[in-house]
Amino acid sequence: MNLRRVGILVLRYAFVYRRSAIRLVEIWFWPTMELLLWGYVTLFLQRVGEGALPRLVAFLIGAMILWDVLYRAQQGITLSFLEDVWVRNLLNIFCAPVRLSEYIAATFLFGLARVGVTLLSLAVLAWVLYRFNLFELGYALIPFMANLLILGLALGIITTAIILRFGQAAEALAWAVPFLIQPFAAVFYPVSVLPPVMQVLARAIPCTYVFEGMREVLRTGTFRWDHFGWALGLNALYLAFGIWLLVRMFDLARERGLLGRLTLQ
Amino acid sequence: MHRCEDVVLHVHELTKVFNEIVAVDRVSFSISRGEIVGLLGANGAGKTTTLQLILGLIRPTSGRIEIFGKDVERHRIEILSRMNFSSVGVNLPPNLTVWENLWLFAQLYAVPRADERVAEVLELLEIAHLRDARTGRLSSGEMTRVNLCKALINDPELLLLDEPTASLDPNIADKVRRLLRRIQRERQIAMLYTSHNMRDIEEVCDRILFLHHGRIIAEGSPQEILDHFRTRTLEEVFIRIARSGEILVGHEER
Repeated sequence: MNLRRVGILVLRYAFVYRRSAIRLVEIWFWPTMELLLWGYVTLFLQRVGEGALPRLVAFLIGAMILWDVLYRAQQGITLSFLEDVWVRNLLNIFCAPVRLSEYIAATFLFGLARVGVTLLSLAVLAWVLYRFNLFELGYALIPFMANLLILGLALGIITTAIILRFGQAAEALAWAVPFLIQPFAAVFYPVSVLPPVMQVLARAIPCTYVFEGMREVLRTGTFRWDHFGWALGLNALYLAFGIWLLVRMFDLARERGLLGRLTLQ
Repeated sequence: MHRCEDVVLHVHELTKVFNEIVAVDRVSFSISRGEIVGLLGANGAGKTTTLQLILGLIRPTSGRIEIFGKDVERHRIEILSRMNFSSVGVNLPPNLTVWENLWLFAQLYAVPRADERVAEVLELLEIAHLRDARTGRLSSGEMTRVNLCKALINDPELLLLDEPTASLDPNIADKVRRLLRRIQRERQIAMLYTSHNMRDIEEVCDRILFLHHGRIIAEGSPQEILDHFRTRTLEEVFIRIARSGEILVGHEER
């Protein structure tokens, strides 16, 4: 992998964002709207429950912010790819001396920068509006974030592979894939509330352990290393599968001429 | 005959089959340094597939492609850094200015003194005044010239051009044809050129390959082709080839 080329591709995305007010606003718009919605729903529930759920604000807002990290990481890769398809620039990129791995690395790194900006803004807003301190999670925030970013990367790669195979007909998956796992991943509620069959599914999803771990830290101040280990192990599997699928689909795209069709259709 | 050391692109028995449909059928040809070869054929004849095979975007079913004496499958990145491509169907990000787009591609191709090179190609295509315009706001003719700037940014030794004058008015199309001829003379770039505009082909190409159902059925200089088919214009040849199998027989007699 040539890091110089990766850097230039990242710079290209930065140029596109610098030139597009809509894209810049979008970094903040949806996460802020979600935070406002979830924040006030939570405050309302807490008021109705008359203090029966003392940590509800922390649980739900913490979960919402961490979910956004995963979602934005996945979107960073998939939308960057789709953007090149939409503006019919994909062939220009792959006719230049650019490897697939360099292209994916650039989309991920740029996605990472977007996640950083979004996360910081949400953390500040959550503190101002709800007195929720994301950094209450302390050092645990680092492994939580790392695991969510790896899963975002894996899901982004898997989504891109599917779009590469099925073309623009499958582009709705760019937004749908994260939400396919959300109900099972115990984002806003513990795994124990799910029916037994869904609990099995939940335990096969890496981010389940992150959200369970987050609630544990907020409730007891304890960081569960076993949760961390499971999340990391499953993430390794997801990422390996994602890379295998993308390489396989790129191969198939070359076999069937799909790259040209994606651009010239 | 081409001298071996001058051959930039060598395609040997190239075949591509998609789901039992033969898109490219045992195609063989070479292009030498400084030569412009036209690839002609009706829609679906296999021109775009051939270009994409050469670019390594499609894997051949069988056959071999060598560029600069190296196998495309094994040395793709190294080869791509010395060649370039422009197609009427491919665009640059519309939010970026012409300068930004070209500068980024100059960096991707590791062009030394990228700023100077961008200014040079803009001058060459006579669009220096567009340097700060967003590409999304350009007319199709201007966009075509920006695409050509991108294709020339790394001073390629081999240039693949897919209908480069398709959306240009006759004046600009004429300028582009002259420019390509000038570049060929001055820099000895080898070019593979597809077009439906027979005037382009007559004026620009040294040699023509006619593709029909994925096969090369006629090859020669524009004049040789006209003499062979006893017609006055390449357009007549094109129409006859597209409509009948008679020509195929004619070619086999050559």
